Order: sequence, then structure tokens, then C-alpha cells
Amino acid sequence: MEGLINFGILFLTMAGIYGILSLGLNVQWGFTGMLNVGIAAFFAVGAYSSAIVTSVGDLPHWGGIGAPMIIGFAAAMIVSGIMAFFVGLITLNLRSDYLAIASIGIAEIIRLVLKNEEWMTGGVNGFTGISGKFNNIFDGGHALLYMIMVMVVLGIAYFLCERAYKSPWGRVQRAIRENEIAARAMGKNSLSFRLQSFVLGSAIMGLGGAVYTHFTGFISPEAFDPLLATFLIWVMLIAGGSGNNKGAILGAFIIWGVWSGTEFITSSILPADMATQGAYLRVLFIGILLQAILLTRPQGLLPENAPQPDKD
Amino acid sequence: MEILQLVLYGTILGSILALGAVGVSLTFGILRFANFSHGDLMTIGAYVVFVVFTVMKLPLWLAIIVSLAVTAALTAIIDKLIYRNFRNSDPVILLISSFGMALILRSLIQLIWGPSTQVYEKGIQLAIKFGGGLRIKPDQIIILVGTVLLIIALHLFLRKTKMGKAMRAVADNAELARLTGINTEKVILCTWLMGGALAAAAGIFLGLDTRVFPEMGWNILLPVFAAAILGGIGNPYGAIAGGLVIGISQELSTQFIDPSYKPAVAFAIMVVILIVRPTGIFAGRSS
Amino acid sequence: MSDVLLTIENVTGGYGEADILFDLNMKVHDGEVVVIVGPNGAGKSTAMKSVFGLLKIRGGTITYDGHDITHDTSDAIVRRGICYVPQTNNVFPTLTVHENLEMGAFVRKDDISDSLDRIYEFFPPLKEKRKLPAGTLSGGQRQMVAMGKALMLDPKLLLLDEPTAGLSPKYMDQIFSIVKQINELGIGILMVEQNAKQALGLADRGYVLASGKNRYEDTGANLLANREVAEMFLGG
Repeated sequence: MEGLINFGILFLTMAGIYGILSLGLNVQWGFTGMLNVGIAAFFAVGAYSSAIVTSVGDLPHWGGIGAPMIIGFAAAMIVSGIMAFFVGLITLNLRSDYLAIASIGIAEIIRLVLKNEEWMTGGVNGFTGISGKFNNIFDGGHALLYMIMVMVVLGIAYFLCERAYKSPWGRVQRAIRENEIAARAMGKNSLSFRLQSFVLGSAIMGLGGAVYTHFTGFISPEAFDPLLATFLIWVMLIAGGSGNNKGAILGAFIIWGVWSGTEFITSSILPADMATQGAYLRVLFIGILLQAILLTRPQGLLPENAPQPDKD
Repeated sequence: MEILQLVLYGTILGSILALGAVGVSLTFGILRFANFSHGDLMTIGAYVVFVVFTVMKLPLWLAIIVSLAVTAALTAIIDKLIYRNFRNSDPVILLISSFGMALILRSLIQLIWGPSTQVYEKGIQLAIKFGGGLRIKPDQIIILVGTVLLIIALHLFLRKTKMGKAMRAVADNAELARLTGINTEKVILCTWLMGGALAAAAGIFLGLDTRVFPEMGWNILLPVFAAAILGGIGNPYGAIAGGLVIGISQELSTQFIDPSYKPAVAFAIMVVILIVRPTGIFAGRSS
Repeated sequence: MSDVLLTIENVTGGYGEADILFDLNMKVHDGEVVVIVGPNGAGKSTAMKSVFGLLKIRGGTITYDGHDITHDTSDAIVRRGICYVPQTNNVFPTLTVHENLEMGAFVRKDDISDSLDRIYEFFPPLKEKRKLPAGTLSGGQRQMVAMGKALMLDPKLLLLDEPTAGLSPKYMDQIFSIVKQINELGIGILMVEQNAKQALGLADRGYVLASGKNRYEDTGANLLANREVAEMFLGG
């Protein structure tokens, strides 16, 4: 029984974190049609930023400032947002393919930095000393408490995204998405709107990274590989329904369920020495699932339901 | 002299990048999307040679031909099964789909061949020394000669054959091509076959130069894209020059920075191009 | 009168959800020059595109040479012997003039060298420029490439969408005389023209469209003489 509860808490926490990331992507892709395939970069930068600000002790890498978690969250959003500002400035006026390529480039370079700059990030050994308050997360009620906090953060993020979507600002974003060429012809004004959306989405992804950091209490470059930190989130948003904030969250919960469910299945069917093959099978399955969704239900489970502009 | 040696290594890497970038540019020219599974097609090509040459012990030239054919066929099958269904969708959907395809291919590679690193031939090849202390390995000569031959063949195909001209016509203006009666489906099939074969060649040469492992293609995708953008994405000739520029810059950069940051050099060049001249330095099509 | 080549019968349709053409009727006979004129937004070009499978046709039929081609694809229509020259972007800019002409014959499987020779005879300026990319040519010469490309298939019917748009008066006259010469080869021509006076002067028959509907239909000479038409569409 206790195992089941722990599993449930773990599941909801991770699904909630992915829900935040999926909301961030929805702002960029769902609202404005910007193709960010380097989610991992903003996710990782958020995670490490928060870790650096909040970690305690004498560390072999950056950190040890010991700020409260809330400061870590803010730092994550700011640093990810600033990074997004520069990536966006360069690519957002070009065809969407260029943003896709540039964003994957950023993600790869961030991964190289995380791996190689031990003095800053701890390198492949990972970043230690994160967050005193929620250490030993499975002792006592901390895990439950953290899960509740994740849900609260997710709820706030959802509320803000929903407000943004329904606002005149959101309407402009949709107009940009529907007609990229006309939007580009609008010039500077359109660039500024796109930048705002890109920065907001990336800041939310950074927040997701921070929430992730304090949940695991340890981060290393491996956690931000393109599969787990970019691809899975795309599948979540497309499955749930691009452009729909509820869909983004629903997709995160369902796909995280599928992802952890397949782990359960492969580990119970396959013998222990085939565990690595099991992991590949799961990736294969998720890849095929994405193609199936794109082919049969590209609008997702909860299709976008854009509010009609007031008739006046 | 060290600099000249690095330029030579850069030319070898640049040849590999050029072959990859030409494939990306061809598919972009016709289908208007950046194919994110191109790197993993390269990996497939490299593994097919591993099977035919290293495991089955058949001659290398035969292994290369088999690999080009198998990868080209696989690419055409992927189009038939998946991409063809998105012909009337926004090309962005194709990009997302190709991103998924990259992971499908990589997980299949890992399932079939496992995660470990392979080499085509054990043992160290003796480098051939020539004028001024420059060194080159026999495999690297194969890479250079192979690249030149493939690019000449591609050039002749695009300039002299009806299908090659039709490919350029579709890249110029797909709608007009249809109105002219050009069978665009046939052109697309042909583009995929060529893109697949070129990806395989790039992967094989990368395997010859270094090692064969499941992430090899994905890891080199960024410099390949950078080369394609540098040359003006959609312009195969520019992609060749782009590949050489990126390859040589990456090798020369090892004089100043940690070699593990080579992809960052490609990225930096790409960012500069995107700021200064997004259509590429070799007058590619407009964005 | 000679056989009917093309019939547009009660055609209703448009590009997306909204219809642009309403109950449109038109005919082109073998070897005839037919001109469509009308104010901006009358659906002239759309009428022409409906023949070429570029429209969602929601009602009516289009027959060519006795075959129903209403829902055929563009390349099937080309194979039947109809060629279409769009108003803009009607050549492949990075292909040479020669390659453009070769592409015009894409659906042919036989030897095309005779046709190439004939096109160069027909358009002498193109012969000199055959090795240049078509995108580097002047507007008038590009129009020649576009027409030459269409003629490579020896079509029975040629659709021309405003062939003189954007050209200088000198080139305009040249293009009109080329159209006449093409027609003298026995090729039927359906042409949309802004330059209505000149076009109707050349036409066997003309259609005046307004808001996607037939308005007038008569011989070119009669339409030119019709005061109402003149006032409405020909600028007095």
C-alpha cells in the first residue's frame, strides 16, 4: 500500500513537472507556431540556475549561495528567459526551420557545457548540494508536500497561460501563427510579439527545470538528453492538443503515464539482462505513437478552441 | 605545418559534412522542410557497411554500394509509410514527424546492434607521409576520392538527366512544375533515394574516419545543418562549400579551444550567418 | 463552325470555402482565339484555373475533347494536350532557357529535338540565350520562354493568363503578334487579358465576366462595338 502511494506521489510529481514544460511549449508552438526543438536547453538552464542559487555547502563547482527555493525558481525563469531572448532575436524573423535548427544547436551546446565545464556544473559527475529543505524527499511527508507544491506551481502556470491565451495579446499570437508571411511583413512589431511569446514559454520551461531540480535533489547532463527533455514534451503537447492549455497538461499526464507504464511492462516481461533493450523498445514505441497521432489525430485529444473575437 | 595538417583533416571532415548537407539541402529544396532524421540515416548507412564489410567480410566497395542502396530504399519506404501522408500539411508537421523518425531509427539501431562502439577494421592504419610532413591515412584518401566522385555524379545527374532537371524545376517552383506536367511524386521519390544514398555515404565515411556508434549521426547533425544553412539551404552546390568551410573551421578551432566544442564552432558560424545573411553566403533560395 | 474543344458548363467553385465562380459557361472551338475580359476581381483568372484542376469545383462539368476533366489532376490535363501559362512565376528561374523548354516536354517520351528547333525558330531571341538561366531574362523574353515551354507539347489548346501584364507597349505588341502566330498553327487559345481592346481585336469570340458570372458573350468585334461593354470594362 505504501509502495503504491509512493508510486502515485512520484508519478504525479513527474507528470506535473512535465505539465509545466508542456505548457511552456504550448505558449511557443500552440499559441504562436514557433518550432522550439531545444526544450532541453531551457529546461537544463533553469535546473542548473536554480541549483546554483539555492545549493548549500562547500561545493566543487558553482553554487553554495543557499538562497531560498523561490529565489531559485525566479533565477531559473530569468536566465532561461534571457537565453531565449537572444536565440529568438536571431531566428524569429526567419522561416520556422531556422528556429528549429538553432534551438537544437543551443540544446547541444548547453549539453556540452554541462558535460565539460566541471568547475561550473560539476560535469558528468553531476551537480550536488541542492536544496536543503526537501532533501531526503521520501522521508515522512516531504514527498507529498513537494507534490502539492508542484501542483500549485502547475496551477499558477496554467492560470497565467490561460489568461495570456484569452487576452488580446494571445489573439495577436494566433494571428501570427496563422499567417507567418503576413506577420513577417508586419516587421518589428511582429518580431517583438514573437519574442515575448518565446521568452515567456522558455521562462516557463526554466521554471519546470527548477521544480525538477528540487525534486530529484541531484542533476547531471544525462537528465537533459534530447529524448527525455525535448522529444517527450513534444509528444505530450501534440497528443494533448496544441494550442489548448488543458490539452498540454492532459497530454503530459497521459504520455508520462504511457512512458512509465511501458517501463513497467518491459521490466516485467523482459529478463533483467535485457533492460537496455527494453529502454530502446520504449523509445521506439513513443516514436511510433507520435507518428500515429500526427497521422490520425493531429489536433490532439483536446483540440484548440480559440475564443471568437468580439464582434463590434 | 601543423596548420596545413589541420586544413587537410578539416577537408576530410568537411567532405563528410558536405555529403550530409547536400542531402539535407536536396530534401529541403523539394519538400521544404529540414529533415531531422538525416543524421540517423547516416548512422544506418554506417552500420550496413559494418555488417557487410566487417561481419560478412565482403569487399569494402561492395559494402558501400549495398549500404547506399539499402539506405536509399529505407528512406523511400519511410516516405511511403509516413511522410507522404503529410504532403498537403504545413511542412512544419513534416519536421516534427522527422524528429520522431530520428528517434525511431536510433532506437532500432540500438535494438539491432546494441549501444557499443564498433570499428570497421581493428588495428591502426599507417599514415602515408608526403611533402612537408603532411600525413594522411588510406581510409581518408578513400573519403576524399569517394566524396569527389559522388559530387561529380550528383552534378551530372542534376545537369544532364531529365529527372535531375525536373528535381531542380520542382525546387524552383513546385506549383509550376505540376502545371507543366512534371510528375512531382516521382521527383519526390527520386529526391528521397538520392538523399538517403548521400546520407549513407556521409555516414560510411564518418565511420571510416572515426568509429561507428548509435549516436554518431545525431551528433553530427548540427554541423551538417550549419553547412546547409551556410551554403543557402536548398542549394546543393552551396552545401558542398558550406561543408568544407565548417569542417576546416572545426579542425582549425582545436588550436584554440577544447576539441569537444567543435560542434559549437559550427553553431557559432551558423549564428553569424543567420544574423548577417540568412539566405546563405552562396545565394541560396530566399527564406 | 468547327468542333468544340473545351466546354465549361454551369461551373461553380472557388479556392477554399467561398465560391468565386457561379454557374459559369464557356466554350472554345478548335483553332479559336477566345478572350476573357472583365473588371478586377471578376474571376477571369479563376475561370481559367478551373479548367486546370486548380479549383474546388462544387458544381458543373468541364469537358475537353469529349472527356470529362472536371476532377482531373493538372498533369493528367497536360497529358490530354492542354497547356497553361500562368501570369507570373511562369518559368523556372534557375534552369536555363533550354532546360525550361525541355521541362515543357516532360510528359513526352519521344525525341524532342525537332520541337526544340521549331521553338527556337519561332522565338529567335531565345536561341541566343538558350544557355542562360531563365531568371536573368527580361520580362518579355521570359514570357516567350513560358509560351515556348507550353508549345513543346504541341497542345491543341493553350491557356494564357494575362500574357502582357507588366510588359512595355513594345513587348505587348510583340506578344499579341506571337499569340496570333501560335493560333495560325491551329492551336486554340483561351486568354485572359487586361488589355481588352487589343485582345478583343484579335479574338474570334470573347466573354465578359463580372463577379464570377457570365455577363456578355459575342464575337470579339461585336463586343468591341458594344457601347455598354465599352463603358463598363474598356474604359470608354
